[in-house]
Amino acid sequence: MNTPVSLRIDRIACDGRGLCAELLPELVKLDDWGYPIIADGVVPERLEDLARDTVEICPKLALWLENGK
Amino acid sequence: MSAVATTTSHLPWMWLVSRGSGLVLLVLLTAVFVLGISTRLGSAPKAVQRFAVAELHRTLALFAVSVLFLHVATAILDPYVSIGWWAMVLPFTSHYRPLALGLGSLAVDLGAAVLITSLARRHLGHRLWRGVHWLAYLSWPFAFMHSLRAGGDMGIWWVAALVWGSASAVGIAVGARILAAVRGDGSSRVPDPIRPTACPIGAGRLGGG
Amino acid sequence: MASTQLQSAPASSCAEHSEIRRLLPDGGAAPEGLAAHLEHHGALASNRSTREWRDAIVQKIECAGLLGRGGAAFPTGQKLRAVLSQSRQPVVIGNGTEGEPASMKDRVLLARAPHLVLDGATIAADIVLAKEVVMVVHRDVRPMVDGAVCERRQMGIDRIPILVVTASDRFVAGEASAVVNWVDRGRPVPLGKVPRMSERGLGGCPTLVQNVETLAHLALICRHGSEWYRRLGTPKEPGSMLVTLIGSLVQPGVHEVAIGTPVSDILELAGGPSAPLQALLVGGYFGSWLPAAPTMSLSFSAQGLGVGLGAGLLVAFPVGACGVAEAARLARYLACQSAGQCGPCKFGLPAIAEKLEKLAEGRPAGMADLHRWLAEIDGRGACSHPDGVARQIRSALEAFHDEVIQHEEGWCTALGKEPVLPLPMGTIR
Repeated sequence: MNTPVSLRIDRIACDGRGLCAELLPELVKLDDWGYPIIADGVVPERLEDLARDTVEICPKLALWLENGK
Repeated sequence: MSAVATTTSHLPWMWLVSRGSGLVLLVLLTAVFVLGISTRLGSAPKAVQRFAVAELHRTLALFAVSVLFLHVATAILDPYVSIGWWAMVLPFTSHYRPLALGLGSLAVDLGAAVLITSLARRHLGHRLWRGVHWLAYLSWPFAFMHSLRAGGDMGIWWVAALVWGSASAVGIAVGARILAAVRGDGSSRVPDPIRPTACPIGAGRLGGG
Repeated sequence: MASTQLQSAPASSCAEHSEIRRLLPDGGAAPEGLAAHLEHHGALASNRSTREWRDAIVQKIECAGLLGRGGAAFPTGQKLRAVLSQSRQPVVIGNGTEGEPASMKDRVLLARAPHLVLDGATIAADIVLAKEVVMVVHRDVRPMVDGAVCERRQMGIDRIPILVVTASDRFVAGEASAVVNWVDRGRPVPLGKVPRMSERGLGGCPTLVQNVETLAHLALICRHGSEWYRRLGTPKEPGSMLVTLIGSLVQPGVHEVAIGTPVSDILELAGGPSAPLQALLVGGYFGSWLPAAPTMSLSFSAQGLGVGLGAGLLVAFPVGACGVAEAARLARYLACQSAGQCGPCKFGLPAIAEKLEKLAEGRPAGMADLHRWLAEIDGRGACSHPDGVARQIRSALEAFHDEVIQHEEGWCTALGKEPVLPLPMGTIR
């Protein structure tokens, strides 16, 4: 059983490139200017692998997964 | 068996593979270059998502590494010409056509820096990765010049077409990148110019309603 | 504001029971010199380097329930413990930036009682065993603080050096990580929520950032104890605080009040309203607008008002001024003051300001988008700038609800065009 993780973002590093919303639309939506709105709370287990890929693909390294809520 | 036999017993297939893989490598590197800029600009058609372009850029880059090893190994192992292994990474140290091959070595060195920093991106941080990644803009021209000087198949029309086609693709991509930088996007995006602050007009019906 | 205004206003006689005099010395505008300060408050304990003293004083501060006076009301004891738990030697920063243009209290405190603040800074440094103290102060009061530091150096009463730095003018410059960034790199913009300043701040060292008023209270608790401190205020929000009273008041100024005092009594300290009021802005430009009439009888506390007290600003907004226009001006100012590091703030705030300006002019504004953006920017920046704007503007739309409806139809019931709140136009980019 993995520890629950949540998706965190460095708002200063984020440039609104939008790859995260493409890869993980269940948890990430974009606002009117292309910046991510991330759903609160723990990443559902079925989406954890996808969340890890999303963290990897961010061109600004603005995302990371943190243990707990 | 005489010494004459040894020096003339080169393996034509090795030389062919080396040249062929070189051409493939140039096309691959061009694709990687264009896809890299395309990821940055988000210029793929709407149907193709940015993350897919980014993934393809990465996959092709890693594939290019294997083709590179094939290209270099066959050239070095071919006994017809004398190229030491070190010449792959130390520019202009080959006995055979040092300048032409040296350009290739430079491309390899720069490409290796880009590759290593990309694989270790998480640990190095974004700024260092980004700084080194700009070297990719230098890597391609060196690979291209190496193709022209070390290749020697430019007489064949489709080889020339591929080579000059690659150059055009890179030229267009670079132009697009410069245009985007001048226009301002990414972290240099700014909101619309600030309007002067408004004051209410006073009691009653406001103007411009 | 001009430095000639840097004096605490005298209380009107009928409100004297509400006027507190813990922090500010009586009368005049000159800073209280070291000798007068020591006579007024007494000397500090001399055993400030022992483990017993440190444990005792942290206990006192926790029992007193001292909350930060910079706007966030964070428990000071908790902050001290966070810095104490770090292994590297920390730094103490006294934050007197006062980026809020309408607030004057930090400047008045530093101008009149600099030694009380410096006492607090020194005590904090002794608690966390800091290697240095940096006082970041508003340009207006730099000479007074320099003078006080000089006096102390001559008397040799502080264990470690106190460095004085002039603060940046920008609105966001008062945020804790922005202060650290300003001192470290000359860039008065926030650094982000991680790592916390208590873990890695100035020069990579754990940094205790405290508002100057908090430090002054700390110095008093050290001398008089936690029970004394709790004699004023409410059980959940003990003590006194400095409030800046501006707007339609007979005599605007800075006063010290016990938390929990009725709002009407506090306004009386400034001579009472000079015109009928329609609303009050509580806290600061990140605070909340409240309708005047029902709020007058409430107690001035977060619990009593239902909103945070922020940096202790209380603006008396008169009937006849246009709340929508004021909100639009504030929104535009705050948009221009964004550090511009995060997309939702950099783009969201100007868009919100534009909508409000349209509304102020009586043109169709698209209120659905406005409300959506206010909800979306909340919590999506590296600091609380967008959160504060969202809170203030939403409260404005609620407090001035009737006026908003008028404006949507193209009407305005205001009589005058003058803005009520100061907005330093020079700092608008």
